[in-house]
Amino acid sequence: MSFTLTTPSGFWNPLLWLLFLALFGIIAYLIYSRGNPSYKKDTEQIKPYLSGNPEPTKEKVQVKAGDIYWGFIEALKGYYKVLQAIHTGDMRDYILWYLGIGAIITFILIGGV
Amino acid sequence: MIEHLPALMIAVPLFGAFTAPLFKKHYKEVSIWAIIITGITVILSLLLAKEVVTGGIMVYVFGADKPTLVLPSGYSVPIRIMFEVDAMSAFMAISATLMSFIGALYSYSHVDRETGLEKYYALLMLLEVGILGMVLTGDLFNLFVFLEIAGIAGSALVGFRNYRGEASEAGIKYLIVSAVASLMVLFAIGILYGQYGNLNLAYIAKNVSFNMVDMIALGLLFTSFAMKCGAVPMHYWVPDAYTEVPAGINPPLLVATYASLYALFRVSFTLFANVVVDLARVGWIMSILGVLTMFIGVTMALVQKDVKRLMSYHAISQTGYMLLGVGVGLTVLHDPSKLAEFGRDAMAGGVFHIINHIIYKSLLLMTAGALFYVTGTRNLNEMGGLARKMPITAISFMVGAAAISGLPPFNGFASKLLIYETSYRLNPLLTVFAMVTSVLTLASFVKVFASAFLGPPLEKFENTREVPKPMIIAMIILAALCIIFGLFPNLVLDKLVYPAVDALINFAQYHSWGGLA
Repeated sequence: MSFTLTTPSGFWNPLLWLLFLALFGIIAYLIYSRGNPSYKKDTEQIKPYLSGNPEPTKEKVQVKAGDIYWGFIEALKGYYKVLQAIHTGDMRDYILWYLGIGAIITFILIGGV
Repeated sequence: MIEHLPALMIAVPLFGAFTAPLFKKHYKEVSIWAIIITGITVILSLLLAKEVVTGGIMVYVFGADKPTLVLPSGYSVPIRIMFEVDAMSAFMAISATLMSFIGALYSYSHVDRETGLEKYYALLMLLEVGILGMVLTGDLFNLFVFLEIAGIAGSALVGFRNYRGEASEAGIKYLIVSAVASLMVLFAIGILYGQYGNLNLAYIAKNVSFNMVDMIALGLLFTSFAMKCGAVPMHYWVPDAYTEVPAGINPPLLVATYASLYALFRVSFTLFANVVVDLARVGWIMSILGVLTMFIGVTMALVQKDVKRLMSYHAISQTGYMLLGVGVGLTVLHDPSKLAEFGRDAMAGGVFHIINHIIYKSLLLMTAGALFYVTGTRNLNEMGGLARKMPITAISFMVGAAAISGLPPFNGFASKLLIYETSYRLNPLLTVFAMVTSVLTLASFVKVFASAFLGPPLEKFENTREVPKPMIIAMIILAALCIIFGLFPNLVLDKLVYPAVDALINFAQYHSWGGLA
C-alpha cells in the first residue's frame, strides 16, 4: 500500500511530513534546552508580579470564551448584525427561506437565467 | 446469504427497533441489545461493501422468486420494490452503520441518567433503518418513505429530553422542516411518476426528457435535499437540532443529514445525469451553495458561547466543502478532459470529506457531550481548566479540532487538499473562500480549547473526573480513525472513495443494472 496521495497538482506523503515534524521538534527542543537555568518550579518565581497587590481568584483571571476574538467580532460588527438578524429562530422564516431559494433554483434550472 | 445482504441491512436494525420496547425498565440490557444489533449491521455493511466493490452493483428485488429477478415474466418495466447498491451506496452504508454503533456505545453511559431508554434505543435503530433505506434504495418512492422514517425518528430523538423546553422546540422544528422537505420530495416524485409511470430510479433516468416539468421536479428535489443537508441559507434548523440531541445520537443524526446529501448527489448524477447543458448549471449552484455554506457557517460558529451550538455551526460549514467538491465534479461531468484532469479528484475530495467529517464531527460533539456530562453546562464562559481533570477528553478534542481544521496529518487534511487543488482549477475564488474557512475553523476551536480546557483549574470543578469508560472508548475509536485515515488516506480513497465516485460518474452502469439493459 502506498503512503503517497497523488493530487492533480502534486502529492502528499504523511510520513515525510511526520519526519519533518520530528526534525523541527528536535530543533525546538535544542532551543528550549538553552533556556534560563535559574528557573525553578514550585517556588516564588512562578507567582505573577502584581506590584504587591493581592492575587485575584482563579475565576477572576480566567479568560472567558466571550472575551476571545472580541476585536475581530467588533471589527466585523456590521456583518454580524446582518447575519444575526436573519437567524431569527422563527419557523416561519425557515420555510420562507426554503421557498425563496427553491424558487430561485427552479427559475435558474428552467432557463430563466 | 450474501445475495440477501441488502435486505438484511434493513431487517436487522428493524428487528432490533421493534424488540427494544420489550426491555422496558431494563436499561442496561437494552443498551447492550442496541450495541449488539448496531455491531451486526457494521459487519453486514462491510460484507456488502466487499461484495459491491469486487462484484459490481447488487440488485435486490423484494417479493420476487429470486432476489435478482428485476423483470418478472411478461413485464418490460420494473414494478417491485427494489434496492440497487453501488459503491456510493455501500460507502454511505458503512458510514451509517459505524456511526450508529459508535452512538449506541457512547449512549451506554451518556444517557444512563435518563428514563424511557427502551424508546431511545428503538428510535436510534429506526433512524439507522431510515438512513440505510435511503442510501440503498433504487426506487424514488421508497427514498421518500425512508426519508420520512429517518425524519420522524430523528425529530423524536432531538426532542428526547422533553423536560427541556429547548429540546421539545428543536424536535418540533426538525419535524416540520423534515415534513416540508419530504412533502416537496413527494410532490416532485408525483411529477415524475405522472410523466413516466414508474418510480424506478434507473428507469426514469433512462427516459427523462428534460422538459420544463422535469426541471421543476429537479428544482424541488434539489432544494429539499439541500435544506435537509443544512445548506445555507436553509440551515437554520441544524444548530437547534444538533445542540439539543443527546451526544450519542449526534453521529447517526449527522449521517442522516448526509443521507440527504447522498440523495442530492444521486438525483443530480444518476437521475438527471443525461442533462448535458443544465448539469453544469446544477454544478455551479451546488458549488456556490457550498461556498456560502462553509463561510457563513464558520463565521456564525466563531461567535457562539454554547459549545455544542458552536460545533453545530461547524457541521454546517463542513457540509459546504462536500457540496463544493462534488459541485466542481458535477460542473465538468460532461467535459471528459476536465473531468479526468480535476473533476474526478474534486468529487473524491467531496466524498472523502463526508466520512472524514462524520468521524471528526462525531468525535467533537462527543467531547462536547462529555463536557456537559461532567460540568452540567454547555456555556463555555462557565468552563475552564478541565484539561487536567479530563485528559483523554482533552486529547480527543485536540485530535478532532486538528482534523476539522485540516491540519496534517489528520484525516481532514487529505480531503481538503483535494478540494482546494481542484476547485482552484474551476475558479480560484472558490479556493480562497475554502482556505479562509479553514483558518477561521482553527481559530474557533482554539477558542473552545482555551476557554474549556486551558487556564487555571477552577474551584467548582475540583471534584470532577473523567467520563465513564464506554464514552472514552467511543471517543478513542473515533480519534484513532482520525489519525489512521490521515496517515493512510489511500486506504480509504482507493478501496471506498474512488469506487464511490466512479459509481456516480458511470451513471450508465447504474441505469443498466436497474434491469433495463
